[in-house]
Amino acid sequence: MGSADSPAPAVALSPAPSPAVPGSFVRVAPAGRWPGLHAAELWRYRGLLFFLTWRELKVRYAQTILGAAWAVLQPVLTTVVFTVIFGRFARLPSDGVPYAAFSLTALVPWTYFVTAVTGASNSLVANRSLVTKVYFPRLVIPAAPVLAALLDLGVSFVALLVLIFSYGIVPNQAAALLLPLSVLMTVITAAGVGCWLAALNIQYRDVKYVVPFLLQLWLFASPVVYPLSLIPPPYRLAYAVNPIVGVIAGFRSALLGAGGPTTAEFAVSFGSACLILVGGAAYFRRTERVFADVA
Amino acid sequence: MSHVMIRTEGLGKRYRIGMAAVRPRSFREAVTRFATAPFRNLAHLRQAARPTSDAAADVMWALRDLSFEVRYGEVLGVIGRNGAGKSTLLKLLSRITEPTTGYAEIRGRVGSLLEVGTGFHPELTGRDNVYLNGSILGMDRVHITRRFDEIVAFAEVERFIDTPVKHYSSGMYLRLAFAVAAHLEPEILLVDEVLAVGDAAFQRKCLRRMGDVAEEGRTVLFVSHNLTAVQGLCARAIRLQDGRLIEEGPPATVVSHYLQEAAETLSHQLWPDPATAPGNDRVRLRRVSVRPLDGGPTDPITTRTPVVLEFEYWNRRPGAYLSLAFHLYNEEGVLVFDSAPVTEQGWQGRPLPSGLFRDVCHIPADLLNDALHRVELLVIERSSEVIYRQRDALIFEVRDTPELRGAWFGRWHGAVRPILEWSTELVHPSLTPAPPAP
Repeated sequence: MGSADSPAPAVALSPAPSPAVPGSFVRVAPAGRWPGLHAAELWRYRGLLFFLTWRELKVRYAQTILGAAWAVLQPVLTTVVFTVIFGRFARLPSDGVPYAAFSLTALVPWTYFVTAVTGASNSLVANRSLVTKVYFPRLVIPAAPVLAALLDLGVSFVALLVLIFSYGIVPNQAAALLLPLSVLMTVITAAGVGCWLAALNIQYRDVKYVVPFLLQLWLFASPVVYPLSLIPPPYRLAYAVNPIVGVIAGFRSALLGAGGPTTAEFAVSFGSACLILVGGAAYFRRTERVFADVA
Repeated sequence: MSHVMIRTEGLGKRYRIGMAAVRPRSFREAVTRFATAPFRNLAHLRQAARPTSDAAADVMWALRDLSFEVRYGEVLGVIGRNGAGKSTLLKLLSRITEPTTGYAEIRGRVGSLLEVGTGFHPELTGRDNVYLNGSILGMDRVHITRRFDEIVAFAEVERFIDTPVKHYSSGMYLRLAFAVAAHLEPEILLVDEVLAVGDAAFQRKCLRRMGDVAEEGRTVLFVSHNLTAVQGLCARAIRLQDGRLIEEGPPATVVSHYLQEAAETLSHQLWPDPATAPGNDRVRLRRVSVRPLDGGPTDPITTRTPVVLEFEYWNRRPGAYLSLAFHLYNEEGVLVFDSAPVTEQGWQGRPLPSGLFRDVCHIPADLLNDALHRVELLVIERSSEVIYRQRDALIFEVRDTPELRGAWFGRWHGAVRPILEWSTELVHPSLTPAPPAP
């Protein structure tokens, strides 16, 4: 394997050495163990990311009757079920907020997270024909469903605002900044988890069966049906390592003015989200070389 | 001296191939194997992802130690049998997969026609797909917009451009897909067997387009089984065998050497012992063979060669009314024809004594098309009951010949390739309506 250990990156892009030959110069060689991100190349392919995202959006609700209304219906129907089961029967506390508003505020980012992670983890396998036939930075493949799901998030967020106002709840303006930060944190987490799962899924198709179970566990490991205040204070920082804890607490604090995270908790969640993304992207880049061979 | 556009040095690609599973010998073993399967699968999948040592039995080099150069404006043909490494080479050059050893240096934007239609989505319209596919192939939006009308006109789908492609006929779909790829304007074009798509007229168009690309001074790497096209379009050819480059030179020479390479055929089988020969208590086969009329079983057969099939068999029951028949299939599984000795005068319709018989069948020249053919031999009693059937009794390749092709390099369609009588005459030397015949 001598040459495989050489530090040369998989593909070094440099200007053409001779002006007489137009275009780029590419050297195709075995990559090192930890190839870099190649941000410049990713940037050149932003057009492709745009088109793949746009394809996801155009195709997502094709040949459905309700179309984008599904983006609203999914969290709303879940809210109805949760409100009856966890709010009425189990009488879980909800920080003094009506249970429906309490759970929908969590379910809007959570539904986005589920859609994005599920889409991303299937993305490489679903785009096998692309992976085995054309070259481009593979990272755009899991990135597209993560971005495309943002449209659903936007639509369902409007429904959430309607519900909140109908209860007469006034969003907490002091915590308004938490909202965009929480959205960003959800996107980062979804992209990171999506990269891990997509790269694993194309090698070990077991992942397809694990993902729904993993997401179900994750739902109950996050304060969706119960408030953050239910967790004893000494454990909250450790609990916040799950980035979705920060996300949901951020949403509730900004929109309902209740159950807000401490700065430390929010920072732990954010840091954890960033670590997941860095780790996911690094693992993805590292295994990328075998995608075409195992797809 | 023109510039080197592609240079490879010691390029190699190693794959792991699946090892055949050992069948469990008992129920207990089957249960144990089921329980331990996840661990074995994990080890296996991990290995597939990370080839480690060379010595392992399931390692295969798809490409080994390949070094060559392609210069600016050159059209290089790559030929070799299936599995010789042609597709792997294109995958490495288009950066889809990375080499295990060595490197390739590529100067210029690479476009490849191996991905015709990749990324097409059935729910999207033709217009959407052109943009999507173009961006996947590395075109920017401005470029696609500029070439859009040309692409649509080339594909001949103007009327349907705003229809979802799931409603397209397969021909329209392929034409549109090829049109996008053909308008990439790469400096280096990799072409893999795309000529198999579409109808004859469209194929001609594609080949013409390839010729244009070459004349514009682009560099083309053309991988094909279509030896006539390789000879017609390429200035130089390389031949791969088992992943290695074994010959490089003028296409005519390389092609003729390639043709002498043995195909995976079965032109002769002999079972000397009637006790173990294929068959049953009524009939046993002794020998089957296929050869050109004036040659032996190892000599090449082309579309212009008369072919002789011989079948020898023992009739084991005196008084049986036996006859042979065979089905001839081509490599697409199409039944080309079915033949039986209906005009044979000596033995047909009479009871056969026991003993060794030989049937000989002549297939005339200019009947079979170039393809791999399989013979299924049938032994029939009383013209109705199949009493024995030997699948793949013979496998032989009919090769293409450059004779009688005219300017057409594409694949000759159809299961047969007869030479038919044609005549052309000038009926009236004017474009006005013809005067009434006297």
